[in-house]
Amino acid sequence: MDNWRFGLTMMIVGMGGTILTLWILSLLMSLLKKIFPVASEQDPPKSSR
Amino acid sequence: MLESILTGLSGLVIGINYLFSQGLPNVVMLLVGGLLIYLGVKKEVEPLLLVPIGFGCLLVNIPLSDLMEEGGLLRTFYNMGISNELFPLLIFIGIGAMTDFTPLLENPRILLLGAAGQFGIFLTLLLALALGFPELEAVSIAIIGACDGPTAIYVTSQYAPQLLGAVSVAAYSYMSLVPIIQPPIMRLLTTSRERTIKMGAVNKTVSARTRLLFPIVVTCVTGLIAPKGLPLMGTIMLGNFMKECGVVARLTGASQNEIANMVTLFLGLAIGGTMEGHAFLKPQTLAIFALGFVAICVDTAAGVCFGKLMCALSGGKINPLIGAAGISAYPMAARVVQVQGQRYDKKNFLLMHAMGANTGGQIGSVMAAAVMLSVLKGMHMI
Repeated sequence: MDNWRFGLTMMIVGMGGTILTLWILSLLMSLLKKIFPVASEQDPPKSSR
Repeated sequence: MLESILTGLSGLVIGINYLFSQGLPNVVMLLVGGLLIYLGVKKEVEPLLLVPIGFGCLLVNIPLSDLMEEGGLLRTFYNMGISNELFPLLIFIGIGAMTDFTPLLENPRILLLGAAGQFGIFLTLLLALALGFPELEAVSIAIIGACDGPTAIYVTSQYAPQLLGAVSVAAYSYMSLVPIIQPPIMRLLTTSRERTIKMGAVNKTVSARTRLLFPIVVTCVTGLIAPKGLPLMGTIMLGNFMKECGVVARLTGASQNEIANMVTLFLGLAIGGTMEGHAFLKPQTLAIFALGFVAICVDTAAGVCFGKLMCALSGGKINPLIGAAGISAYPMAARVVQVQGQRYDKKNFLLMHAMGANTGGQIGSVMAAAVMLSVLKGMHMI
């Protein structure tokens, strides 16, 4: 494989792969936040009597 | 008797004789070692690394000391943790244990800035190939653009160990020069109106469970996509998981302090040991430093440009300056963004947003290296 083909392949697949992976991670991070919101961890308010 | 005394005395001057007869490269490198120590001690430029690297450089360039020969002190350090990639990975556990990913989790989309901040790696790869470096050497040089010392050492020690000294010193030097390199590029690529965009306070919307699950999810997903890079991502996320789970405080503390400190010392000395004059002083070393500089400039420019794109897509809610923090130099790049933001508006607080982009840059740099290694594996080049 010549140098240019190698370099362009690495650039396209490498940069594309990095962006794609990080985009998937950002979606999963948003999903985690939705599944485990802060509110669900807080103690339920005590009823006042 | 006199003859035997003279023979014995000749053993004491053999090193000096060597230095004057064929030791010019060693003399130059003794000066370079002194310069690294000066920068570390006097200017406090990455002192934890530059002081042991500089001293290792001094040690290995004193002629005939054999410290890098098999059984020598520096060779032992090298074999202990660089030739088998152990030291950078141990440092990564410490980095993971010290990093708080909460600002990134508050605003997950800025993780994409961490991807844009890696563009310099791939452009530099092309430049290195154009300059005639073989493929694996070009990959190792390009990884300087990750702005991430342990990643650069990990990749270079595997695929171009002969370049380890130059690549490591370039990576750590440029990381410490981020406050000088980045601001002119940030100013050049943004308008004064963009620089004064306020992003508001960071809301506290991340639960402890999300923070706990984050390192596990990242490890599994990135490991499945780029398994060759799993040692890098796995160790940084192990450190972070130990920090977040809160039940192994002693291990977290040891990773952040004792292990990281000890490994940093051995790593620095071993890298210094690779800087022997005859092997180090070549035109290609200068080319490596030049390419590393280009890589970091392009990373910054790509991050800012992507920040501008996000600014446009969000209707002007994102300050493009935070794109410059999409590199891995943590937390230095985030501080640069904060300083630049406040330079144009004293009431503009970008630090937490920049911290998010900066931790995204850490993940991005490791991911870029992991993807590169997996692509190389896919192409049967490693």
